[in-house]
Amino acid sequence: MRHTLIIAAAVVLAGPALAQQKSAADGIAEYRAMLADGNPAELFEAKGEDLWKKKRGPKNASMEQCDLGKGQGVVKGAFVELPRYFADTAKVQDLESRLLTCMERLQGFDAAAIAKTPFGKGEQLSMEGLTAWISAESRGLKFNLPQAHADERKTYELGKRAFFYRGGPYDFSCASCHGQPDKRIRLQDLPELTRNPGNGVGFAAWPAYRVSSGEMWSMQRRLNDCYRQQRFPYPGYVSDVTIALGVYMGVNAQGAESIAPALKR
Amino acid sequence: MADPMRIRAQAAGDKTTVRVLMAHEMETGQRKDAAGKTIPAWFIQEVTAQLNGKTVLTAQWGPSVAKNPFLQFNLKGAKAGDKIGISWVDNKGDKRSDEATVS
Repeated sequence: MRHTLIIAAAVVLAGPALAQQKSAADGIAEYRAMLADGNPAELFEAKGEDLWKKKRGPKNASMEQCDLGKGQGVVKGAFVELPRYFADTAKVQDLESRLLTCMERLQGFDAAAIAKTPFGKGEQLSMEGLTAWISAESRGLKFNLPQAHADERKTYELGKRAFFYRGGPYDFSCASCHGQPDKRIRLQDLPELTRNPGNGVGFAAWPAYRVSSGEMWSMQRRLNDCYRQQRFPYPGYVSDVTIALGVYMGVNAQGAESIAPALKR
Repeated sequence: MADPMRIRAQAAGDKTTVRVLMAHEMETGQRKDAAGKTIPAWFIQEVTAQLNGKTVLTAQWGPSVAKNPFLQFNLKGAKAGDKIGISWVDNKGDKRSDEATVS
């Protein structure tokens, strides 16, 4: 009798401890699953599709002639092959820099002015919608960035250097947080970006809707905030280093399934 | 004019699940802008759901509802092909109505 009581007490004690262990990461996952059904990114997707087809800008033209790498006007599957080399600009471009090229050439917008616009204002709002829709058109596809062109391979190497470059008042690099598995900031798991971190994780999860701020974040904005957290100077919008990091992460994520636009805390 | 809603309505037997995403700032009136001035409250006050023109749900909302709100509810007696209409009015008198077909 005495024995059974002790065993019962031990079981009762172990119960809450186990539950607590589960609640840390699983609680967040549960919360995400609850919200995933009504991801407000859908609202941005709808806006983006409209922006793609609408005649806008000084030239009153739509974006439908824009070449995202798979031919003029082809949107499906384009996202999972970006950044890539474009012969007409002789540059490696990510989705956002490519969109800027199209907005300038087709619609007559001033790309440099849009690049200087703060996130969430003016034409940057159009970028939120466009990136949300274009990434959604490749949802469920696997990343397969081309590395055939010499510039693409060079940009990968540049991205790798930028990823491991330590500096700033904290002597941080991207690799400080994203160079090993099972790291987290508060309750957010940090993906290991030196290899494929898995389907829908890391590079395969952006653009994403941030619930806490109610904002749609593109990869450029994500990187901008990474640099802020490292206490580095802010990188320029669609600057070489941000595109190079995109190539580095994208090539490493080869074969990962894109879930963008995703939902974040 | 406010941005359109996304409405999905799926029938399974007698039960229809309606999911609505609304695009709205839902400003609480508690926040201050960069200059320290209070940002005036701006939120959806009334939500109405209709099945084939007949009101089946009304809700009064306040400033504590999140930005870009998501609403889900179940409905009895709707069939595939029926029309679900959702409309909202905010505290500035702005309105938005959208419709979807039950599938």
